Amino acid sequence: MRKFEPVKSKVLPLNRADVDTDQIIPAKYLKRIERSGFGEFLFDDWRKDPDFILNSSAFVGAGILAAGANFGCGSSREHAPWALEDHGFRALIAPSFADIFRNNCAKIGLLTITLAPEDVDFLMARAEELPEAETIVDLESQTVATADGSFVRSFEIDPAVKRNLLEGLDAIGLTLEQEDDIAAFEERRPDLYPSTEGSPA
Amino acid sequence: MQTIAEKIWEQHLVRREDGLPDLLYVDLHLVHEVTSAQAFEGLRLAGRRLRRPDRTLATVDHNVPTLGRELPWDDPLSVQQVETLRANCAEFEVPFFDIDDPRQGIVHVVGPEQGLTQPGMTLVCGDSHTSTHGALGALAFGIGTSEVEHVLATQTLSQAPQRTMAIEVNGELAPGVTAKDVILNIIHTIGVGGGSGYVVEYRGDAIRALSMDGRMTVCNMTIEAGARAGLVAPDDTTFDYLEGRPSSPSGAAWERALDHWRCLGTDEGAHFDRVVTLEGADLEPCVTWGTNPAQSVPVTGRVPDPGDARSEAAREQTERALRYMDLEAGTAIEDIPVDRVFIGSCTNSRLEDLRAAASVVGGRQVASSVRAMVVPGSGLVKAAAEAEGLDEVFRAAGFDWRDAGCSMCLGMNPDILLPGERCASTSNRNFEGRQGPGGRTHLVSPEMAAAAAVAGHFVDIRDWEVS
Repeated sequence: MRKFEPVKSKVLPLNRADVDTDQIIPAKYLKRIERSGFGEFLFDDWRKDPDFILNSSAFVGAGILAAGANFGCGSSREHAPWALEDHGFRALIAPSFADIFRNNCAKIGLLTITLAPEDVDFLMARAEELPEAETIVDLESQTVATADGSFVRSFEIDPAVKRNLLEGLDAIGLTLEQEDDIAAFEERRPDLYPSTEGSPA
Repeated sequence: MQTIAEKIWEQHLVRREDGLPDLLYVDLHLVHEVTSAQAFEGLRLAGRRLRRPDRTLATVDHNVPTLGRELPWDDPLSVQQVETLRANCAEFEVPFFDIDDPRQGIVHVVGPEQGLTQPGMTLVCGDSHTSTHGALGALAFGIGTSEVEHVLATQTLSQAPQRTMAIEVNGELAPGVTAKDVILNIIHTIGVGGGSGYVVEYRGDAIRALSMDGRMTVCNMTIEAGARAGLVAPDDTTFDYLEGRPSSPSGAAWERALDHWRCLGTDEGAHFDRVVTLEGADLEPCVTWGTNPAQSVPVTGRVPDPGDARSEAAREQTERALRYMDLEAGTAIEDIPVDRVFIGSCTNSRLEDLRAAASVVGGRQVASSVRAMVVPGSGLVKAAAEAEGLDEVFRAAGFDWRDAGCSMCLGMNPDILLPGERCASTSNRNFEGRQGPGGRTHLVSPEMAAAAAVAGHFVDIRDWEVS
């Protein structure tokens, strides 16, 4: 996973609550066996509406997306964060995120930032009014700020997630360093649970 | 004093360290074709082994046609995804229920059916409806592909502890009110994000009175309220269900397992971070009218008026849903005609669901304006249903009787709605385009779906004469 660098960019305002991962990437695009190339299918059904915000030339190049509460609900498909990342988003801001989606984002270096609803509303309204206005997301200092400095908010983040994002750490590699603990657990694990091998047809 | 979720969590702690998420051991990892290819590829690229193939099981479900299983399928990408899983299972020696295996089916039907899902286990799968397995008293949740790769490589998962929520459904359900209605009512009550950050334990007499199939329906849709995991403490219903299944313990091991399972339940007086209480007698059969699973009303109700919304944002959301669903505020639910009926999915495709739907159909015919299908959750469910003649009931009525798979739940295989088609569906999500671009989904119980197929519109199952 690549290291998370500070982002200074336009904000795409997606002023809807409960945006589900079926909208972020419809199921028909989940058949690819690669990890890349999902960006062109991002919000595919909604993009058929010419007025959909992602079709607006004003927001081309936006690296920050701001949206309503419970963003990313529904399916566990990691293809949703892959599509957002592939499209160029580096940070997502919402009053809340769905649990699985937020985890998936953290695993691929996409930062999810939870701000108070009125702060997200402010950022969305500002982006609608001034699409070119830039916002700065800095993970090190845990802040979101408008480029003119008139709005600064700090955000909470799990310290372990923060470190993994900043250092671009390989989560599996880190866990494999705990091999002794895993092996010890397997030793003391009660011999209760089934094996999947040799289950009779 | 601990809740069942906290007990299972602690029993699976591999490592706990300040400032880090807990490292939890995974007892069973279920794998399907859609969310695994990139994970296996990740193992290959990093030169890593699959740690415990004997605690991993794969099957194909999302992509598979439910009619015409023989190659070539029309969609080369589906073929590629299934073949990729087949090759990965061969390479990493993962037990695999392939398309022609009688045990193939929806992964969340297969695990419990085989007796592989057991009380007190931790279980994960790259699918949000993994919460289904909580019905057996397991701590089970959906994960993304990066986490799938993590589990393949380490048989563990890094997780921050979650808060606990008790959802109590007291008393008795009225006739015609099913497990599906229980969970739709719960989601309506707490909202699609109401369970975020929680593990839910379903409690109360109305939950205890549910069969295992019913409990699976409830736990299945836990994620539709935002919680990753939902469970029911094991009891005699659970043990009766498990006894004699292929992977259940037997003999002395069965007795030992029972001793362990009986200690798992939430301790008297244990603390929950949130408690939600519903009275079973208050619940009615439900139909969703909108584009998320919380947007439901009793079947006797009407499509809501956006003007009644509590906030501007809620009004816009309702208006948007009604526009997509092509519904007018104030329309009686029973006056809404349907074009399609889908009975199936990991929510409602088990034998009891099919029996319930068949009893509603009786000797009647599917309305001439409706195309209806029944898709059993697994090859074994299909065989069991056929052994008791349910397929004949459905076929005689004009339903399609299909092979096992996710089918029309998610628009990933040939079973999809056409744009504008309206479907009474026993599945779990009514999101825009979920069953195919432009399709309109109303979530209901199997009984209500079957009755809608016959009547051509929604009907109150409580007024239905069951033959």
